[in-house]
Amino acid sequence: MSLSVSITINGEVHAIDLDDPRVTLLDLLRERLALTGAKKGCDRGQCGACTVLVDGRRINSCLMLAISLDGSAVTTIEGLADGDALHPVQAAFIEHDGFQCGFCTPGQIMSAVGLIAEGHAGDDPERIRELMSGNLCRCGAYKGITEAVIDAQQAQKSGKRRDVA
Amino acid sequence: MNRFDYIQPKSVKEAVAAASTPGSAYLAAGTNLLDLMKIGVSSPARIIDITRLPGLDEISWLPDGGVRIGALVRNSDLAYDARFARTFPSVAEALLSGASAQLRNAATVSGNLMQRTRCAYFQDLASACNRREPGSGCDARGGENRLNAVLGWSEHCIATHPSDCCVPLVALDAVVEVEGPNGAREIALDALHALPGTTPERETALHPGELILAVRLPAQATVYASHARYLKLRERTSYAFALVSAAVALEVSAGTIRSARIALGGIAAKPWRAREAETSLENVAPTPEAFAKAAELALLDARPSGDNAYKITLARNIVARALALAHDGTPKDMPALPASPFSATLGASHAG
Repeated sequence: MSLSVSITINGEVHAIDLDDPRVTLLDLLRERLALTGAKKGCDRGQCGACTVLVDGRRINSCLMLAISLDGSAVTTIEGLADGDALHPVQAAFIEHDGFQCGFCTPGQIMSAVGLIAEGHAGDDPERIRELMSGNLCRCGAYKGITEAVIDAQQAQKSGKRRDVA
Repeated sequence: MNRFDYIQPKSVKEAVAAASTPGSAYLAAGTNLLDLMKIGVSSPARIIDITRLPGLDEISWLPDGGVRIGALVRNSDLAYDARFARTFPSVAEALLSGASAQLRNAATVSGNLMQRTRCAYFQDLASACNRREPGSGCDARGGENRLNAVLGWSEHCIATHPSDCCVPLVALDAVVEVEGPNGAREIALDALHALPGTTPERETALHPGELILAVRLPAQATVYASHARYLKLRERTSYAFALVSAAVALEVSAGTIRSARIALGGIAAKPWRAREAETSLENVAPTPEAFAKAAELALLDARPSGDNAYKITLARNIVARALALAHDGTPKDMPALPASPFSATLGASHAG
């Protein structure tokens, strides 16, 4: 049985030989591809720090086996900015102080990008908080995060849209 | 996590054949299985990855108005399917009240049915657990058990089934389509999950190697679309399992309840259908007294398995509350906090 997979990561195709089927997408990114933006918080799908987009959908990368992702496209926090130009969600997190220590931030931002692409929250802060509940922030920056999501969503609507999802 | 052989079958037939070897486990999204493998509660020798099997990710409407939900349909795709949410709103509400957006994007309908209990003693390898290790005992029985079962439990196991969406599915008479080494068969969802008795390790009615292909909701269940709710009490308003939950549905005409459906979650090893309570509501006026009586009947056999008598009161109250809100009408829009009694939009916006 072959354990090689082809996964497109941030637009670049990677042919990956896995010596072990236990490797999660998170471990593949962090330990083998040096993409350490996605964080290993709980490693059990409870904190959201490992959130990335797979085929445009936000998921917990700690709960996905890399071996099962042959042919998929993954977007990580490293793939959001366009050179030095930040993605609208990244810019909004800075503008609204949507973080303190920063550990959960890549997951928060990827989750927000997914949320905006899903399009179910509108501008309702309660819906945004509900749909961001899979991302824990121990510093308690939730107020700024909610504002950043609303702001980024409006910025994307008003023409600055760069839809990576 | 133990080392395992990884198999990606091309067809259902191949999958079933591969899974017939002892020590095999089917892998769908893995949101529960991989977690259990990481903590050593589950250690399959062979993983049969079914996520690439063709044709299992479709929502198909049947000629009679019922629906067939493929085993690999993702929770979020089902909940946000406009026709599905309109036709079976309590199922959509239950789906959106469970887990997080990330998990709902990954988790599948069949995986939701097959998820394991979140009993802390089941997850802790240092504890005795008859469900994980038959004959070892039940440390939950004399332990921290305020989250455990109040209906259908035994001295051998007091675990609860954690699913939200199974609760309205059971209320609406869902049927599970299964393929196995001995061919295809159908199981009422109400008969899929087992009560513990003396064999809590037998969690479902599935035989070794059997694979869920789809869940069907019958056309008859569509009569409840305008009066259906799922309500869930939890220790935080989002991203938490139910302490108790209730899926209810009413068929109302000319000011009288014609039929009712009631099921409870978070209180037993299976989604708990309350048939006597349902019968008590047939052909009566939808009054607070009738709802209170139905709630009383639904919990008639409940008894605490430990420090959890409060759950009986909570469950009674959530049934009565859900009935009252279902009678008010299914909200036109999904509440901002699905299934939460604390949602600002609760019952404020009614369907016609």
